[in-house]
This record gives sequence, C-alpha cells and structure tokens, in this order.
Amino acid sequence: MQKQEFTITVYTENQVGLLNRIAIIFSRRKINIESLNTSPSEVDSVHRFTIVINEYEEVVRKLCRQIEKQVDVLKAYYNTNDEIVWQELAMYKVPTDVIAEEVKVERLLSQHGAKAVVIRKDYTVFEVSGHREETDKLIEVLEPFGLIEFVRSARVAIIKNSDGFHSKLKEFEYKEPGEHAVENEFLDKNQEVFSM
Amino acid sequence: METLELKKQKVEEVKPITISGSAAVLEAFLAEGVDTIFGYPGGAIMPIYDALYDYNNRLKHILVRHEQGAIHAAQGYARASGKTGVVFATSGPAATNLVTGLADAMIDSTPVVCVTGQVFAHLLGTDAFQETDVINITTPITKWNYQVTDAKEIPSVLAKAFHIAGTGRPGPVLIDITKNAQLQMIEYSGYEKCTHIRSYRPKPIVRKEYIEEAAKLINEAKKPFVIFGQGVILGKAEKEFTKFIEKGGLPAAWTIMGMSAIPTNHPLAVGMLGMHGNYGPNLLTNECDVLIAVGMRFDDRVTGRLDKYAKQAKVIHLDIDPAEIDKNVKATVGVWGDCKETLPLLTELIQQKVYPQWLKQFKDCTTKEEDKVIKEELNPSKDELTMGEVIKLLNDLTKGEAIIVTDVGQHQMVACRYAQMNQSKSNITSGGLGTMGFALPAAIGAKYGAPDRTVVAIIGDGGVQMTIQELGTIMQFKPDVKILILNNSFLGMVRQWQELFHQNRYSFVDITSPDFVQVAKGYYIDGQSVNERSKLKGALETMLNHKGSYLLEVKVGKENNVFPMVPQGRGVAEIVLCKEEL
Repeated sequence: MQKQEFTITVYTENQVGLLNRIAIIFSRRKINIESLNTSPSEVDSVHRFTIVINEYEEVVRKLCRQIEKQVDVLKAYYNTNDEIVWQELAMYKVPTDVIAEEVKVERLLSQHGAKAVVIRKDYTVFEVSGHREETDKLIEVLEPFGLIEFVRSARVAIIKNSDGFHSKLKEFEYKEPGEHAVENEFLDKNQEVFSM
Repeated sequence: METLELKKQKVEEVKPITISGSAAVLEAFLAEGVDTIFGYPGGAIMPIYDALYDYNNRLKHILVRHEQGAIHAAQGYARASGKTGVVFATSGPAATNLVTGLADAMIDSTPVVCVTGQVFAHLLGTDAFQETDVINITTPITKWNYQVTDAKEIPSVLAKAFHIAGTGRPGPVLIDITKNAQLQMIEYSGYEKCTHIRSYRPKPIVRKEYIEEAAKLINEAKKPFVIFGQGVILGKAEKEFTKFIEKGGLPAAWTIMGMSAIPTNHPLAVGMLGMHGNYGPNLLTNECDVLIAVGMRFDDRVTGRLDKYAKQAKVIHLDIDPAEIDKNVKATVGVWGDCKETLPLLTELIQQKVYPQWLKQFKDCTTKEEDKVIKEELNPSKDELTMGEVIKLLNDLTKGEAIIVTDVGQHQMVACRYAQMNQSKSNITSGGLGTMGFALPAAIGAKYGAPDRTVVAIIGDGGVQMTIQELGTIMQFKPDVKILILNNSFLGMVRQWQELFHQNRYSFVDITSPDFVQVAKGYYIDGQSVNERSKLKGALETMLNHKGSYLLEVKVGKENNVFPMVPQGRGVAEIVLCKEEL
C-alpha cells in the first residue's frame, strides 16, 4: 500500500471551535493537511469540511473515525481522487500593459481557460478553476511576463457516489434510527477489514 | 396515564421565574442529581460561588487545596459511584490547573463536568487579568467543551454537558462561562434533561450478524481467552459479563482499568494483563485461538509489541467506541455496541462449555509465577519489607471489600497485582495517563462517591509529594481516607528501569521525603510509620480501625523490582519473571 491523496468530507454542526477540534486530530499525529475548506453544505445549518491529505488508506480510515467521534461531527467520508469531482480556484495578477502588448499572452490565457475578473489600467486579475496541475502550469506560463500575485483556494469536492446528506440527516435526527442506520455503515463498508 | 396533552399542560403550568445564570448552573446540578462539587473559588467564578451560598444545604462543596486536586477528586468520585463528577474552578491558572486531570479523565473515560469561570465576554481576547484560552487549551483533552457567553444558553448547555459526559464512552466535558453570563438574569422555566443530540450517537443499535459471527468463532474455539477493560464497569455490565464467561467457561483476564469488574478470586479469573501483569495471561495471549476483547482498547502497555501480539488468534472486539475497533489490533469480528446489550446477546448464542486443559495451562503459569515471584514478594525471606506483603496483610484485614486508590509507579503495579477485590468499582487508579499525584485527591473523591466503603489510598513516596496539599482538604472536611504510603526512598519505577535498562545509572531517582507522620500531624491527621515486619499488621489494623483519616507510612525495601515484566519493545510472550531472564 502506498500513500496517496485522499479527500475527506466532513459534515458537521456549525460550531465555534470545531475547526480547531478537527485540525488537531491531524496535527496531533503529525499529519500535514494539504488543503482545507469549510463551507455550507446542501443541507441548511449543516457545515461541510473538505480536507485533503496524503496518507495511507489505513491511516485515513482511522482519522475519519476519530473525526466522527467528535460530538459536533455528523459524518466523515474519505475518497480517492477518482471517486470525486474536484476543483480549485486560482487567481493571477499580471500587468495589464504586458497583456495588451503581447498577443501571445492572451492566447496562452485563453488556452488555459483563464477568465478576466478585473481589468484595470495597471493590472489585470485572471481566474482559473481546475486541478492543481492546471493552475500550476499557468504560473509557469505567466512568470516570464511578470506575475505580480498568485493565490489558490483550497480544494472543493463533490462525491460522485453520494446522494447528499438530506436523508442521512433525517436518520440522525431520530432518537432511535432504523437498524440500518447510517452509523452502522462503517461495518458494512469495510467487509475487507473484517475478513474472517 | 400521562398523555402528551396532559404533559404539555403540565409544562405550561410552570411559570418562568427570573434567576441568574449562576443559579441556573446550580439548578442544573440539582436536576442532574449532583450532590458534591469539588472546587476552588476565584475572581471569574465569584457569581457562581455567590449563588452557591444559597444552595449550600442542597449541594455539598468540597474546597480543595489546588484545582488539580478538585478534578482528581471528581474523578475518584465518578469512579467510585458510577455517577458524573463535578468541578468548579475559576479562569486562568485555575483552569490550566485542571489540564492534567482532564487529560487523565479523557484517556481513562471518566465522566466529569468542569465548570470554569471566564472573564467578561467583552474582555475575551484582550489578555485580561486571569484570562486564558481554556477552550482551545482543553480541546484535545475533553470529549466536548463549550464557552457560554449568554446565560440563556446555560440550562441547555449544561444538559448537553451531562448527557455527553455520562453516555456512550464517558469522558470529561468543560463548560467555560463568562462572568457576564453568570451575572445575567434569565427567565427560567425549569430544567430539561438532554436525551438526544443529532450529531452524537452514544451507542449504536446492535447488529445481530456480528454477534452471530462472534458466537460462531467462540463456539469453534479450542482455546478462547477473554480480556476485558473498564468498559464492563462503565457499561454497568458486570453481571452480564460474568454470565457470559461462566456459560462459555472462558478464562478471563483484566486490564488495570477493568480490575474488579469480576471478583479477583472468581474461578475463571486468570489475572491482570500488561507490562507488570500476570505471567499466564500475557504468555497465553499468544497461544489462544480466539481472543475476545471486551471494553478495552489494546493499550501499548497491554499489547507490548503489536507485531508480536496474538498473531495466531482470531480477534473479537466488543467496544462502544467504533474508533477503537481496528485501531491497534485488527479485529476479525468487531462488535460495536454497549456491552450491556451485546454480551447477553452473545451469551445466548454461545454453547455451555468448559476447557479444563486450557484452564490448567493458566494454572501452571500461576504456579510458575508463584514460585519465581509471588512467594518471595508476599512472604519475603529478607528482613526488609516488601510492598507485596503489605498488600497481602491489607487483603486479610479488609477481606477485599475496600476501595483501593493507587497512584502511579511500583506501588501501583504491586497493589493491582496482589489486591483482592470482591466488588466492582474497587480499583481506582490512573491507568492511561499515569498521573503521579492522582491517588490522594482521588481517594477523597472516592469516599464522597462511596461513603459506606473503606477507602485506602496506596501511594508512593514520590507521588504523595505531588499533591500532598490535599491533606488540607482532609483536615477541613474530614472524609475518612486511609493513606498508606509505601516508601522505598526512591522513584521506584524509574529506578527499576535505570537498573534494568540503563546500567544502574541512577539519574535523579533518589528522592528524599519529609517526615510524613509529622506532616500529617501538622494537618491534625493521626498517623505512624513502621519499618518492621512485627509491627506491620498491628499498624494496618490501627489505620483501618481508626475513626477518621489516618496516615500510615511503611518503609519498604529500597531496591525491589516489580516482576514479571514485559520489557518495552518486546512481545507479550517474551514476559520475564526475574532480572536474570532479561
């Protein structure tokens, strides 16, 4: 087994201090978080963390259980890259005169799917959303032309094989959920783990 | 019959009253059945203490001498009573003094609710006097924590706190209340207990298929072996557990935290696991074919080297905390649930059996251990006293009915190896964190938690000096605590390691002690010191028969070692019985 990129999706209550509670689960084990995003989710009042780490699956599974153990956490999932659709947003600030003078630059920008967000006399801001390799590539392209500022957002990801959290939340809200309630699913999912 | 409609009317009858946030805290305590608070007042918690003045006849408050003492006392209270322990402390240094106890309660799953005062909400983050970021400091060592800045939240937050601390896998909860919230007046219409939090599932609905798989493994086993932890006690499942092992004829060994869940002399009890546990259970862990772990978490002190741990066995792991299943030892069958529910289901499916041959293997190990270790420890041939013989005499005198509170180190291992315990909740010790200084305050708490039982705190000469100020608490509130100091004039466990693994390089383990009897006397506590075998029994009798607290110092051999031992980094089967085998 090798270390690979995993995206952890955590559904939580919107609670002050929860970010720290989740972050220290990683830092305590000296695991670096590659990217972390918090946002609302498809369900009103439920928050969604998207965390990217590079680790062994075994480690990620244990981390998810530790995360799920937190009182204000509803559920934690982990996925490999081919199980998700993901994007990162990058922004680039470049001098406007360079772009105006060099046609090449404009062509390069459109090749990379960059859109202008702000155009001013002195500078222009472009944005690109995509995977890291794509946004990284544009840095290389723009650097010779005087890239003034660059910033990239955390990853946001949609789980391909997910029905969203609406029905799950309903189960959580029942005092006595059905026998196949969500919280039992880790036992089902890990048939391989519980091999006889 | 009470209909929903009637219930509704009843609620409506309650006319809201105006009370302070502080009073709401104390109302919550009363509604949760709290009878004793361990605490220490200070600036940021003064409104609560002011309210306490009016509740003094309904809530007992024990003024400790240091906040660490308060939380250890609350832990002792919780462990002896099975209820949630409660602590008051002010902000800043008082709150940071709770940290050790919180970490201890976290790792040993002890239900404790701490209420700390905090500076006024408008001063948060201004480096105000006695302001510290308690919430963030305590996040990794609490099951849940929360800062209240608006008194309207107090009833529901405290209800949540008690629910979280006491259910599922218990743990410490800290509620930090800013001073303005303590002073704020609110409309209060009664306390409502919390029974459900949507993001928190204390225990799952038990899935029968896993019980069936587990039963199948047990029924097919030739050498099944049960290892159990504090989960049995926390789950109040002692009866269910006893029925389970008795029907299955299953030999059972405890972790240090599980000790006393079944009587130590139960015919199927084979002793303690772990680094200084018994020979048989350690050795035969690597010989059993099915290992059934109940409410325990495979601590490294229990497993030794993981890659040499029970590799031949199929593992059944029953635990209420899903994060524990597969954490250290991969389970063949993980049974997630409350063992009070899972054990009866499992008992129903297993066959009535006996394993005389298998049990004999444990007996043979015991014989070997008795021969090589126990005999000399309990009936020494040398003049110097051993810790073991003190415990043996204590057993004779208490008949195994006492609560034994231990600190950390050699005396703890010896006490847990040799103490006899007939009923559950008799063993109170700092297992996971290994907190020196735990025993004295924890014993105070234990006495309040179980006032009808004899409480004996067994403490080393090192540990007792860490929280010795709590003698002041004993002096003032007079809980009947018997303090038994086993003084070997060394930090014994560290010395043992330095002798065995660091070529006798005794680096700062030579610790001097005050005259403990004189110190106790200063606190108006009677006591004596003995160093002769002939006086030992009489001294122990005096201590136990004394009305009120008593301190007995026993000067034991300086350089005795605790054996058997699973040296660090070795497998459980590599357990050694004496220094020469190392």
